[in-house]
Amino acid sequence: MSLVHNRKVLAGMILLGFFVVIAIIGPWIAPYDPSMVGPDSLQAPSPAHWVGTTNTGQDILSQLIVGTRGVMVVGLIAGILATTISVIVGVTSGFLGGLGDEVLSLLTNVFLVVPALPLLIIIVGVMPSAGGLTIAVVIALTGWAWGARVLRAQTLSLRKRDFVEAARANGEPMWRIIFFEIMPNLTAIIASGFIGTVVFAILSEVTLAFIGVTSISTWNWGTMLFWAQSSQSLVQGAWWWFVPAGLCIAAVGTSLTLINFGIDEFVNPRLRNTAANAGLLRRKKIRARIGFTPVYRGFTSTRKGEDA
Amino acid sequence: MKFLLRRLGFYVFTGWAAVTLNFFIARLLPGDPVQSLINKYQGRLSTDASDSLRVLFGLNTHTTVWQDYLTYWGNLFHGDLGVSFAYFPTPVSAVLAQSLPWTLTLGGLCTILGFALGTLAGVGLGWRRGTWLDSLLPVANFFSAIPYFWLGLIAIALFGVALPIFPTSGGYDGGLLPSFSLEFIGSVLYHAALPALTIVLASVAGWILGMRNMMVTVSSEDYVTVAQAKGLPERRVMFGYAARNAVLPSISGFALSLGFIVGGTLVTEIVFSYPGIGYVLFQAVGSKDYSLMQGVFLIVTLAVLVANMAADFAYVLLDPRTQQEG
Amino acid sequence: MTLTTPIGRSAASASARQPVLEIRNLSVDYGYDDRAVHALSDVSLTLHAGEVLGLAGESGCGKSTLAYAATRLLPPPGVITGGEVLFTSSRDGHGGDLLTMSDAELRAQRWRDTAIVFQGSMNSLNPVYKIGKQLMDGITAHSPRGFREQARLRALELLEMVGIPNDRLGSYPHQLSGGMRQRVMVAMALALEPEVVIMDEPTTALDVVMQRQILEQIMRLKNELGFSVIFITHDVSLLLELADRIAIMYAGKIVEDAGADEVYRMPRHPYTAGLLHSFPPLHGPRRELGGIPGSPPDLMKLPSGCNFHPRCPHTLEACSVLEPKLGPTEGAEPTRSVACLLHDPAVNPGPVPVELGVRPPSKETA
Repeated sequence: MSLVHNRKVLAGMILLGFFVVIAIIGPWIAPYDPSMVGPDSLQAPSPAHWVGTTNTGQDILSQLIVGTRGVMVVGLIAGILATTISVIVGVTSGFLGGLGDEVLSLLTNVFLVVPALPLLIIIVGVMPSAGGLTIAVVIALTGWAWGARVLRAQTLSLRKRDFVEAARANGEPMWRIIFFEIMPNLTAIIASGFIGTVVFAILSEVTLAFIGVTSISTWNWGTMLFWAQSSQSLVQGAWWWFVPAGLCIAAVGTSLTLINFGIDEFVNPRLRNTAANAGLLRRKKIRARIGFTPVYRGFTSTRKGEDA
Repeated sequence: MKFLLRRLGFYVFTGWAAVTLNFFIARLLPGDPVQSLINKYQGRLSTDASDSLRVLFGLNTHTTVWQDYLTYWGNLFHGDLGVSFAYFPTPVSAVLAQSLPWTLTLGGLCTILGFALGTLAGVGLGWRRGTWLDSLLPVANFFSAIPYFWLGLIAIALFGVALPIFPTSGGYDGGLLPSFSLEFIGSVLYHAALPALTIVLASVAGWILGMRNMMVTVSSEDYVTVAQAKGLPERRVMFGYAARNAVLPSISGFALSLGFIVGGTLVTEIVFSYPGIGYVLFQAVGSKDYSLMQGVFLIVTLAVLVANMAADFAYVLLDPRTQQEG
Repeated sequence: MTLTTPIGRSAASASARQPVLEIRNLSVDYGYDDRAVHALSDVSLTLHAGEVLGLAGESGCGKSTLAYAATRLLPPPGVITGGEVLFTSSRDGHGGDLLTMSDAELRAQRWRDTAIVFQGSMNSLNPVYKIGKQLMDGITAHSPRGFREQARLRALELLEMVGIPNDRLGSYPHQLSGGMRQRVMVAMALALEPEVVIMDEPTTALDVVMQRQILEQIMRLKNELGFSVIFITHDVSLLLELADRIAIMYAGKIVEDAGADEVYRMPRHPYTAGLLHSFPPLHGPRRELGGIPGSPPDLMKLPSGCNFHPRCPHTLEACSVLEPKLGPTEGAEPTRSVACLLHDPAVNPGPVPVELGVRPPSKETA
């Protein structure tokens, strides 16, 4: 079953695609300038402002649309950077073994255990001005460790496999073995790790903006929530200010997690079978259980040699 | 045993690395903002305090980095983390000491609760496949992508404003004095309800999904079939044979989850103005109180390391194969 | 194949011919939709009290599937699509159709009536439980409450029975060698003295010496306790020594079912003949090693008519059209059946090829 035919992956990709499109064309389709203040303060959704206004009369829908780009770009850059680092460290560590492996593993584990958010806060906090790119780099530096550990484990197990031994016996140089024998088998995991890191990056970035650590000059869903929180919009019941932004974050996160689920099922055949058969089993009222093989006598497909 | 010792050594090393990291990050800070802050409070800072701040931020022109580093460690062992600007003139260590218990109880209890509930739910979902329960999975998926603080905001909106059942800020009723009286404790629980709900809901999804996937994988191992072949009762097989083995990766993966949950707890406290470390951090960020920010980082890292150590210990108890290594 | 002492078959007297496990017309699919693979089609087999029935065939022929489906332990996506599996106790006559039993009934009869000796790989034992606990929980599950101490004693008894030292009761699976683990599996299966013991390739992963030890132990226990055995293996030569009857399987069907001696000296099915010529006899005249050309068919693309006909040296035209059913041999021997059109006079008017035909009994010497 091809990856793209998996329902979950399809749903995730469509949802994600929607946001990517908005990220690209956002500033052109936003009805208002998001920073422009106006007279209609804290208005509920209306024909003029589909998602309502802030307490300074800014249009929230425009903020959402324009803010998409900031979120997606940082997420993407951080994801690419972190995945690159994790691939380099993880695969090298798994392949080298010995002292090199010990050192790199130690480094990986340290970054793994140290809690990301407080570290992010103090690093970003000491920087004079933290723009999108800087944030992406810092997030990448705190979030690469998990992918590296998974890749190291996989590389270790692949290294012992027969086809690698065969390549080595054939005299293939090490770099060729890494790139052409081992890496292709790691694609699914690298893809899955990339997606996970992007989710982490987006959530971290939004959280940092919400706390007020990052610069507030560019629009970002987290910044919107920062303003929503600090102006006590909650107590006044202005749900339209903070609900949509959070929904967008959750939507992007969910779409990525769905794709990841799909990759998981693709890689792990046991999960794949579970998903594929679920509907069919429910219809036929077959309960597939370990240890109690179902007995179903209702199949009508012709068996070879059976008399009609 | 050897396994545990190795892990202990690792944690000690990580602790050292965190402190060192802290030290060097502080020095990255451009000197002027800190210097001006020190100057601003000049008259009210004791010489000791301003000295330790200078060491921390590398403002001493006549000492080497190595000397500053050693002094820094010395200060740490005396419990001197500098003076807080946000809560001037309270020293950082005092601020942390007061807010840490709140975070520990809230975060600690919620983490354990989330782990317990999520793992249990994952066992059920992974064991009985093909029932209506499977439709809960996309929901759990959705919840695992929600930022903690947004969930907190929703909780406030729903249960604090729209249906004013729970209080939306603070750790306890402002009119009460902290004591061990029933009234105070009751107020604490009342105020902790929404933050706890937020943290548990936001973290439980991850546990559910992880445990469910492991149950699916473990269920197809031979020993589960053997257990069924023996005619053991269903509960025995599900818990004793399947879940018992499936939970191991969750425990060893605790480290990864914990960092994320801690971050979430901190942010939740901000949303609810809960008087814990998170809230303190928020204040620190707002008033550019760097020494407090770094104090928070250190203490949180320390707490995470201790929790990881506990998880490793639990793992060794649960998996007899680790004892082989010794 | 024999060393100094043959393992020896039991002295199964003719009176102990009462069927204990009857598998009738069992059909099993892998998959739940139209693309499902028909792993077994209409398979029938009978196990009698006190006998050792060998189930042999190449990998993928369905022998394990048969055993697991009959006991309803086939993992998903296996599903049973037809047939009956009747268990009748030779001790007190209780029993029923395993395919129609409720979960509770099935659980109650498991391990007491039928038990399986799984391959003793690392995976067959729960890695986080001690051996003692795994031996005991099967016992306590079928005993009244408060049986723990007796269960422990029984577990010690079982370990002694298979020759494992007592102190191993507190060991974990990863602390045992392969041979010990296999013996633990045997001990575990015999805990409640079942009537039917199914052994799934119990010695395949072991070295030859260990193999012999364990097989000797199993046969000794069988003679002492009197249970019946279904012995699944791909190694036909092993069965020739151990089994009373042998059933040969090919591509999801049983192609020959006869006594072990009969199968060895007078195979009736071309596949059986091919198999027997694939390994050299240790005594007797030297024989040219044959093999069977081609390879077993893909179960999703079975040949028309007889499953074996593309590789068979004696095919008739009818073989690619008609599917042979398990039936009497040409000479209507009472204890044998074969699924081959050569033995069907309606299809094959001519004589059966010499190597598959009935030979006068006088020419046979022990």
